[in-house]
Amino acid sequence: MTIFPECPIPLTEYPRVLLAHGGGGRLTQSLIEKMLEPSFDNPYLAPLHDGALISLDGTRLALSTDSYVVHPPFFPGGDIGRLAVFGTANDLAMCGARPLFLSCGLILEEGLPMDDLWRIVLSMKEAADEAGVQIVTGDSKVVERGKGDGVFINTSGVGAVLPGADIAPERVRPGDEIVLSGPLGLHGIAIMAMREGLSLEAEVRSDSAPVFPLVEALAQAGIEIHMLRDPTRGGLSSALNEIAKKSGAGIVIDEERLPVSPEVQGVCEMLGLDPLYVANEGNFVALVAEGQGKKAAELLRRFPLGSEAVLIGRVVDTHPGTVVMRTRIRGERIVDVMSGEQLPRIC
Amino acid sequence: MCLGIPGEVISIEENGEQMRRAKVRFGGITRDVYLDLVPEAQVGDYVIVHVGFAISKVNAEEAERVFELLSQLEGDDALPG
Amino acid sequence: MRYLDEYRDGAAAQKMLRQIERVATRPWTIMEVCGSQTHAILKYGIDELLPPQITLIHGPGCPVCVTPVETVDQALVIASRDDVIFTSYGDMLRVPGSSKDLLSVKAEGGDVRMVYSPMDALKVARDNPGKRVVFFAIGFETTAPANAMAVVAAEREGLANFLMLTSHVLIPPAIQAIASSPENRVQGFLAPGHVCTVTGYAQYEPLAKKYRLPIVVTGFEPLDILHAIHMLVSQLEAGRHEVENQYSRSVTREGNRQAQALIDEVFEVADQRWRGIGVIPCSGLRLKGRYTKYDAARVFALEETASREASVCIAGLVLQGVRKPPECPAFGKECTPEHALGAPMVSSEGACAAYYLYARRAGTAR
Repeated sequence: MTIFPECPIPLTEYPRVLLAHGGGGRLTQSLIEKMLEPSFDNPYLAPLHDGALISLDGTRLALSTDSYVVHPPFFPGGDIGRLAVFGTANDLAMCGARPLFLSCGLILEEGLPMDDLWRIVLSMKEAADEAGVQIVTGDSKVVERGKGDGVFINTSGVGAVLPGADIAPERVRPGDEIVLSGPLGLHGIAIMAMREGLSLEAEVRSDSAPVFPLVEALAQAGIEIHMLRDPTRGGLSSALNEIAKKSGAGIVIDEERLPVSPEVQGVCEMLGLDPLYVANEGNFVALVAEGQGKKAAELLRRFPLGSEAVLIGRVVDTHPGTVVMRTRIRGERIVDVMSGEQLPRIC
Repeated sequence: MCLGIPGEVISIEENGEQMRRAKVRFGGITRDVYLDLVPEAQVGDYVIVHVGFAISKVNAEEAERVFELLSQLEGDDALPG
Repeated sequence: MRYLDEYRDGAAAQKMLRQIERVATRPWTIMEVCGSQTHAILKYGIDELLPPQITLIHGPGCPVCVTPVETVDQALVIASRDDVIFTSYGDMLRVPGSSKDLLSVKAEGGDVRMVYSPMDALKVARDNPGKRVVFFAIGFETTAPANAMAVVAAEREGLANFLMLTSHVLIPPAIQAIASSPENRVQGFLAPGHVCTVTGYAQYEPLAKKYRLPIVVTGFEPLDILHAIHMLVSQLEAGRHEVENQYSRSVTREGNRQAQALIDEVFEVADQRWRGIGVIPCSGLRLKGRYTKYDAARVFALEETASREASVCIAGLVLQGVRKPPECPAFGKECTPEHALGAPMVSSEGACAAYYLYARRAGTAR
């Protein structure tokens, strides 16, 4: 008889998985820290970065995986196929690696229109060309009607770490400058606007795009990159909090400098959301050595994708592990991790 | 409590329905809003919207008050800036 | 965005802060009643910018925090039914009942949907004639006319499958309850601007007079709040206790007559239980007359369940400004935003959640 060890997530609190466990906030963290990390425990997993770094015969590789369950599957600025290719390619880029090879696992629901599937596959092909990766292996499964949401995609990827790149939380130090490569919240708001039927006069398009060329440009220009993160699920707040927590550094950002489009501001004001917590799919934050932030932002602005790149803050030696924001009226507030999904408010 | 935000009325639907609807612009987006509680609102007016209903018309003259007060107070402000 | 951005101007806010510093010669304790103002105060770091002699207490004006646990438990029972689609504003989905919240019911297979307006819930009822669609109508006077409108529209259309579970509370009786308490420390109130947009502020005048406390009707942007604090402190320093209107771009003394008529058409004043505080006489609204057929609690003939508040939780005292969150034995220990024992730790505008964040910064919470 097998005796299972006791479940590490207290049943009294969460007898079942909630959507919030996948929201990128505190519950997602607890799932990783209490259940997954201790179970799979090994030195490659320990940094809990966007991907794992492994060395084979002297070649440094990055390995990453991600699943895509976005609903609706087609949205302004992209679709689930594009997202599945760029998302994993970008996770590799955040390890300082050039994305090379992807696998593709499709989980299809009985009844999915074949035409939709064809559109998604073509879109993946196009995105792979754009990101310079090849989809070299894959698998497909079909589940009964009602057991899936049309289509789920998992992609895993391998990339080659750029020579000289050394990107890790341990490298973050006080004085580091924080550069954000593009405006906040476009992807999350595009999806929400579509889901909630908000009629938008200027369409909000997802920023879904490959970011590796921007990372490569920074590396080639000799910018000393200490840490990279793409603020996807949970938004900029989650990305910065994860960095602060793992590196033990304090982070200060400046609200006035954060780029937010009028459309994103409009939706956020209306629904009582905070752009800091909204998902992005085509930007990243780079923590670079003191004195290099301005140059890094200028370099990024040469790319259409980086045209709004800006220095948003820096690493400090006070309040370790905490992210603080200087507000527009020159007050200060803690930027905390969300407890679960960000829900629209009426209050 | 009671999230309400100001938006500009850009068109009013007069479709003989019981309820009066308008398109209202908030920053870069527009949304359908019920005008039943603020029937005097016209195109070009700003209204405060809460849970899909306009609850008041923004009074443009009154909106300036705080800035007038500040400039008065600043005028007799002897403190070093 | 016009009428928002200009009230978030850093330079104007700094000027107003200097004016507050000039006028405040003594310590004053002020309560902002409204949760949206609490939200703005925390979001912009206003309380840390104020001179040290001004203390802000976060009041009970968060409909999420004060919805009684009995009503949340009723919502959970109704939402679990197979023949029901339960619709709610996003804020209520995470609020704990005796044992769980609406998101858990959703995870267990209940049809729980988030809406932005009661009219969205009406549409769900139209689109799903085979189900009973229940809308969780929480809120203060601001939300009451919209909720009333939904019932009137349902009546007009003959939508028999639309029901409302109501938890409607009124602000002036709550201010009275706080002001009349022997433990009251509040010396002046910032009154909720959107509530007064609907009701006007005439009904606050007797309160200011009786309890000799100044009241300023306040907007929601940083400059509004600072301006209102300046007005309130000026009154306090001069020994005045009047009702003043800072939010005059939206509020008049008589308020919105259309909205008031609609509330009177559908609702009547009733005693209301506030979570953690208890029953405050004549502080709520319930459906009346021919509209009682839309009352979900009545239709489902729900017994008052034996609801349980977490016994250590002192949310009620916190909501009345009598105790500060860190004085609660559970604060930061058994009770955190991820696992809240009381609503003020769940809501993004709850006083406990706010303190938890600051305590973390000061390094005192675990």
